[in-house]
This record gives sequence, C-alpha cells and structure tokens, in this order.
Amino acid sequence: MSRLNRLHRSETLWGILCVAPAVLGFFLWQLGPILGSLFIAFTDWTVASSPHWIGAQNFQRMFFRDELFLKSLSITAIYALVSVPLSMLFAFGLALLLNQKLQGRSIFRTIFYLPSTVPAIASSVLWLWLFNPEFGLLNAILSKFGIPKQQWIFDEGTVLPSLILMNLWGVGPMMIIFLAGLQGIPKHLYEAVEVDGGRAIHKLWHITIPMLTPTILFNLILSIIDTLQAFTQPYVMTQGGPNNGSLLYVLYLYRKAFQEYEMGYAAALAWILFLIIAVISFLVLRTSRRWVYYEGG
Amino acid sequence: MRNAIGKLVSYFLCLAGSFIMLLPLAWLFRSSIMSPGQIFSFPPEWFPNPFAWQNYPDALTTIPFLLYFKNTLFILVPTVVGTVVTATLAAYGFSRLRWRGRDLVFNVLLTTLKLPYAITLIPTFLLWARLGLINTTWPLVLPRWFGGGIFYIFLLRQFFRTIPGELDEAAILDGANRFQVLWHIIIPLSRPALITVAIFAGLGTWNDFLGPLMYLNDSRKYTLALGLAEFTGLYSSQWHLLMAASAVVIAPVMVLFFFAQKHFIEGITLTGTK
Repeated sequence: MSRLNRLHRSETLWGILCVAPAVLGFFLWQLGPILGSLFIAFTDWTVASSPHWIGAQNFQRMFFRDELFLKSLSITAIYALVSVPLSMLFAFGLALLLNQKLQGRSIFRTIFYLPSTVPAIASSVLWLWLFNPEFGLLNAILSKFGIPKQQWIFDEGTVLPSLILMNLWGVGPMMIIFLAGLQGIPKHLYEAVEVDGGRAIHKLWHITIPMLTPTILFNLILSIIDTLQAFTQPYVMTQGGPNNGSLLYVLYLYRKAFQEYEMGYAAALAWILFLIIAVISFLVLRTSRRWVYYEGG
Repeated sequence: MRNAIGKLVSYFLCLAGSFIMLLPLAWLFRSSIMSPGQIFSFPPEWFPNPFAWQNYPDALTTIPFLLYFKNTLFILVPTVVGTVVTATLAAYGFSRLRWRGRDLVFNVLLTTLKLPYAITLIPTFLLWARLGLINTTWPLVLPRWFGGGIFYIFLLRQFFRTIPGELDEAAILDGANRFQVLWHIIIPLSRPALITVAIFAGLGTWNDFLGPLMYLNDSRKYTLALGLAEFTGLYSSQWHLLMAASAVVIAPVMVLFFFAQKHFIEGITLTGTK
C-alpha cells in the first residue's frame, strides 16, 4: 500500500475518532430523547408506575378537557407576540445608536450589554424587588410623576406586560448581533444615498434595513424559540400566578412533569410545543425568501 | 447644523439608555447595603444611611453560601473541561481532517442548534431516574463530555477553518501524527476561541437553574442559583439580605465580563454571522 493511501486511511480514522463523542452525544442526548419523548407522549407514564399505551388520549385531553392548557397556550402566544417584536425593536434601536461615530461608544456598548450578564435567577430576584408595590423602584419612579401605584407582577392584568418590560432589560446579546450586522454593511452604499441627496431616514429605509434582513431573520427565529420557552423568571417570580395569569407553556409543562408527575401528559405537551416552534420557524423561513436580501444571492 | 443636532440627540439617548440600564443594578446595590429599617420606609429612600455592610456577612451565613459555591464549582469545573476537550476534538474532526461524509454528519448535528430544550427534558430525566442518578451531579456533568453542545463545536470549527492548512501538511510530512498537529499547532493558535468557549460553558453552568432544579433534591447539594431561589422563597421579606446574596451571585460574572469583554462580544457575534 502506498504511503499516501495509508495517510488517507489514518486521516479518516482520526476524523471519526475525534467526532465520536459528539456523535454519540447526539444519539444519547438529542435524537434518543426526541424519539423517547414521542413514545412517552402516547402513554400514561407517571414516575412510579410503568407506562401503558393510551393512544392519542393525552392530545385529546389537552385540546378538549384541559382549560389550563388552553389558557397557558394563549398566554404564551400573547407574551411572544408582544415580547418578540418589542425586544427586537429595542435591541435594533440600541444597535443603531451604537453604530454611530460617538465618543465613548464602547463604554455605552458595555453598559447596554451589562444587564444581560446578570444570571437569570439573580435578575428574577432583583426584579421581584423592583416590582414590589410598596417599596420597589418602579412605583417610586411612578410616584415622582404622580402616577398611582401599580401591582405589576402581582396582578393578573399587568403580570405579562411586567415580564415583557423586564425582558427588555436583557436585550444585550441581540443588540450585539444587530451591531455586528450593521458594521458589515459596506460604507459605499451610504455614500451613494448621500450623493443622491438622501437623508438619514432614506439610508435607514433603503440601505440599513434591507441589508440587515438576514440578521433580523436570525434574531427573529432565535427570539421566538427563546420566548416560547421562557421558564426561570416566571418560575421564580410568579409560579405562573396570579390566577395562572403568567402560566407560560414550559411552566405548565414543568408543573405537570415534576410537580404532578404526569410524565406521559407532559411529554405530549412538549411535543405540541416542539411542533408549534417547528411550524413557526418553517413559516418564517418560508416567507423570508420574500423579505430577506442575500448579497450575491 | 443638522448633523450637530443629530449627534447631540444621539448622546442624549445614549446617556438616557445607560441610566435606564444601570438603574436596576444601582437599586440592587443600594438595597444590599441598607438597614432593614430603612429599606421599608415609604416613600422609598434612594441612599442608604447608614451603610449596612453587615448585610453581606449576614446573607452569606444565612444561606450556606460557601457550601453552594463549592457545589457549583464541583459541577462547573468538569463541565467546562468536558466541553472544551470534546468540542475541540469534534471541531478538529469536522474542520481539519478530511473523511467521507464529514459535512453531512456535521449538518445533521447542526440541526440540533436551535432544538427546543423542552422536547428532551422528560425522557432525559426518566433515563437518569432509571439509572438511579437523580440527586447526583452526573446528569449535569456527563452530557457535557459528549461534544459539549453543537454551538461550541460550531464556534471552534469556524475558528479552526481560518488557520492555513499548509501548517498541518508540513507537520504531517515531518512525521507528526494528527493528535500532535492538534496539540502543537491548532490549539496554541486558537486560544481566543477556546477561552470564549470556556467562558460561555462556565457561565452556562453558573447561571443554570432548571438543570439543578430538576436533578438536585438535597439542599446540601444545591448550586448557588438553586440556593438563591430557595432563599428567596424562605426569606421573602428580608430584601436587604436577598439583594446582598444576589449581588454576590452576580459579582463574579460581572468581573469576568469586564476582564473578558472581547470574548463575550466575539462569542455572541459569531452566533449571528454564519
């Protein structure tokens, strides 16, 4: 056998050896559990008992006999529909600000990013305190403007807007991704608009936004997936209350699985969420062909 | 003229934005050094008087902070090592070595990048329960030794691909084996990327709440995140202590952020630009 051939074979061997843990991990912690979850979703498994196949009963129960599921679904939908665009707009605004030639730009970038480094558990505890109706920061500010006390997360009517407000505080990573996108836009495009006598608004509308559509698409999908699976903050701050007004989907799933031990039902819930996310991602990607601009594409 | 006004408006917005972003953190710090008497005054006062630094030692003894810190490190160190080692190997195998089907396998793994975590939660838990390893750190550590997550592999692979291939070939012709190439050429040239991966993996463990919540039942095994949540439930009116404890959980992350800001930004940026 030639030396070259031997080298080639050893390269293949090394390659497979190197990726083996990752590939094994894919089967053990990703594909295996997904398939397992599909099986469990059709059973009545509780941790204590052994599973029985009950067909589609879990799914029937969800949509026809479980009002809390339907409530949780609609709360999650409202939460995502408001939170995703609002966070994206806020992150985009901050990125636009930082994309200008300003003194101390990197300091502002650090400050805007800083809140997102706060661990979710710590930010939950902090905001629980900020929302405190009697002694919290937010009502203290409102009272300066003569606005009466709000109940924030302690009232069913304001709990979702409060959580959405809190999310805006942590848009740092999204802002950084927008900023990277903005910095990738070639300067000469803007110069062309200037030559034609265009103003800032024209630059934004005709250059910045079209050129940024791939970044917008990326942030949109990531943000949808994250928002639909929000857990830590509502778990620590509201436990889904008051009156299940913040019973976001994964919170309900967690309750079913780990507080009521209905593993079969919870797995069915997980599959529905998985399908919802898959369908939304697919639709977004599908329509993106019409609104995302790819250079040279 | 219009330009100058525009600049001024931008500065104003930046300052206002900074104020809004920093205010909650300032309130946290303010509350953490306020006496219990003053913290519950209405209308709320903005500045602590006197400074109740005693809140910090009080908070750290009320929750078994050192124990939780130790528990967290016992999970954090092996997860970071496992992630860096196995993600480096995988990224090397997916970028520098040529073998049939390589890109296909990588793309299959890449589909899990945005996989909703909720879908794997229950079967994984049941698997660990069947193995009798609930209330141990195995479920939190072991999975990280299997590539550490496709995000890190992706990140390192991007980086490895920027290193000229001639370096490998020259070393191979000199009689080095593939592992020596990785160890002596690729790894030394990839230090920034490896540090980024280590930081993100470490933060992931430090911040993780759901994992410890699912797998650790015994309060002597709690991590800091879980301990803080427990503390919040038990001492929900002791806000001065809660804020001090939160500040202690936040502080290491912030210190890390100030020293390694470049790595944070680069790691985030790489996820956005494929």
